[in-house]
Amino acid sequence: MISRREFFHLAAATAAVAGTAMPFSRAMAQQKLDQAGILDFQSLGQVTLLHFTDMHAQLTPIFFREPSVNIGVGEVEGLPPHITGKDFLGHYGIKPGTPEAYALQSHDFTALAKEYGRVGGVDRMMTLVKAVRAERPNNTLFLDGGDTWQGSYSSLETQGEDMVKIQNALGLDAMTAHWEFTYGQDRVQELQEMLEFPFLAGNVTDTEWQEPVFESTAWFERGGVKIAVVGQAFPYTPVANPRYMIPDWSFGINEKAVRKHVEDARAQGAELVVLLSHNGFDVDRKLASRVDGIDVILTGHTHDALPKVEIVNNTILVASGSHGKYLSRLDLDVKDNKVAQYRFKLMPVFSDVITPDPEMAALIENLRAPFKDEVEKVLGVTESTLYRRGNFNGTFDDLICQALLEERDAEIALSPGFRWGSSLLPGQEITVEHVHHHTSITYPNVYRTEMKGSFIKEILEDVADNLFNKDPYYQQGGDMVRVGGMSYTIDVDKDIGSRISDLTTLKDGKPIDPNRDYVVAGWASVNEGTEGPPAYDLVAGYIEKQKSITIPENQTVNVRGV
Amino acid sequence: MSTKQALSALTRREALMLAAGATMVAAGGVVLKSGTANADEKMTNDAIMKLIGDKKPADGKITLELPQIAENGNTVPVGVSVDSPMTADNYVKSVHLFADGNPAPDVASLHFTPMSGKASAATRIRLAGTQNIVAVAEMSDGSVYRAQQEVKVTIGGCGG
Repeated sequence: MISRREFFHLAAATAAVAGTAMPFSRAMAQQKLDQAGILDFQSLGQVTLLHFTDMHAQLTPIFFREPSVNIGVGEVEGLPPHITGKDFLGHYGIKPGTPEAYALQSHDFTALAKEYGRVGGVDRMMTLVKAVRAERPNNTLFLDGGDTWQGSYSSLETQGEDMVKIQNALGLDAMTAHWEFTYGQDRVQELQEMLEFPFLAGNVTDTEWQEPVFESTAWFERGGVKIAVVGQAFPYTPVANPRYMIPDWSFGINEKAVRKHVEDARAQGAELVVLLSHNGFDVDRKLASRVDGIDVILTGHTHDALPKVEIVNNTILVASGSHGKYLSRLDLDVKDNKVAQYRFKLMPVFSDVITPDPEMAALIENLRAPFKDEVEKVLGVTESTLYRRGNFNGTFDDLICQALLEERDAEIALSPGFRWGSSLLPGQEITVEHVHHHTSITYPNVYRTEMKGSFIKEILEDVADNLFNKDPYYQQGGDMVRVGGMSYTIDVDKDIGSRISDLTTLKDGKPIDPNRDYVVAGWASVNEGTEGPPAYDLVAGYIEKQKSITIPENQTVNVRGV
Repeated sequence: MSTKQALSALTRREALMLAAGATMVAAGGVVLKSGTANADEKMTNDAIMKLIGDKKPADGKITLELPQIAENGNTVPVGVSVDSPMTADNYVKSVHLFADGNPAPDVASLHFTPMSGKASAATRIRLAGTQNIVAVAEMSDGSVYRAQQEVKVTIGGCGG
């Protein structure tokens, strides 16, 4: 018998929405890169959706290396976005060495970064948005998938306010959220008041009466099409981030609520239903297979950048990357309450070839001015490529772990598997700003404590199950906890309790004794009242002492089952 | 299940919570695994057998509403509803909820009549650790349905 899921796959294959994805530009086929090429697009239909997500407060251009390890388990094994490096190039038919190859995957990153330069910058993004709006004045809807208020020195100092000013200047039409909530529920409500557009989160209810806290749906008309945008905040915010900061709010995937919001929107005459989601790509892939009637899911949270859309159960899934590196454009021809045709382009924001919008550039300068001297302070120079993104320790993570071990005199270091943080090239100066790109959170304190060996293994097992559970609805979307001072083996195909083995201290090569206490330093605890210096100060101090930083690629995590 | 066993299970949970509180686990959490003192699948199945005898429960009809991952194991919202016309000759008699990792698996028994209008209820339960919640529905014609879902209880702290 054919399962429901298989049926939908079949249905998707036979009745799929017709559409195309455009390469970055025709000019890029000849490896030339310019603003006109990035914007080049044959408009289609009545509606143009513009989308970015997971900007993590990056106002100015950065380097950002995409992951070389991004494992998918169970039904999504080998499916986008779980393809990296040369496999990614092969899957999408991208030539090595091209701007597309540089932007979308990790292979040859350092050499290509030197050739093609930095990415992102909100003033550059503004230029692209204005150009699309000029071409499609009555058709464009501009949506932000969340994780916008957190990730920089100035966003932490202003408690998210600098980003709200940026969002208003961008002229967004709606947003949803995740890290926004780590400013606490009072501050979220204050900032929400300052927004000139709706903050949507249909899956957030109050813990007492389970009543909605935010609007679920915003209505728009573009090109004569009635559009409902439903917002879905990160479902596991109170589990993955401190519960005490949002004590009265409950989250969850809440599939039933999503279905109801979609059905209500249709009943109220929506011709196009868009889910503005911070679920993570695999969760949205599953959600799309189970909830009918969503035309488009603008995905977020897992930081995937895909040059083509995925289609599941007639729902178009868009993945727009992170850190302001991309702006997605999806043109839709809507007929009889359905998408008849689409055209898609993931526009890379190549900083060096896009003219900054002068007004936005002035606003950014203004917002950064009070912190300029501090953030530009040089701490040292890196001799290695430093990056974080990937399922296991990146080189910047190893730098943080070294700092934790040294500065807190610990045997083992634990650092969270966040997916955000800029990359640095060999020879580049490391500034306070770069350290904040990797550590700028509202619960930054570095603890020092003793943990039993068995407890350390339990932590690793628990985090591994958040990442590699075969049911996407149980995945929280971060990467594996980063470990310093210890090596281990992980078999991603096993179940919780049996994935992690061979825990060994690096200092003396001895197996971790389940019954011995180890001195552990770590940060980003979700427990209230954690004491210790903030991670950004501790890491900055460590780099300043070292002056020159050399971090080889991590060799301490042995991955099996791939 | 003796009181002593139940207490030791709670103590383990509290010990872990305390440990986490005191040690401030970063970037990760701890699954509060059911200790030996807690119920297991066999105990749950025995409890179900006691209620329905040899009848083989069928899949379907029951909708369980539970989080996949509990935000707070001490108070987990659970909703259960059973698809039924709820007429005099075709209605849901009762729905039983079990938690197979709690000190005692029986959580609640809910009884309905055709006058109930619909077979639907919601409450909050405490879960000692990651476990399955099982719902068993007895229908007026003697048929039995079963559904289950896993709820993870973690301390968390790893979202990126």
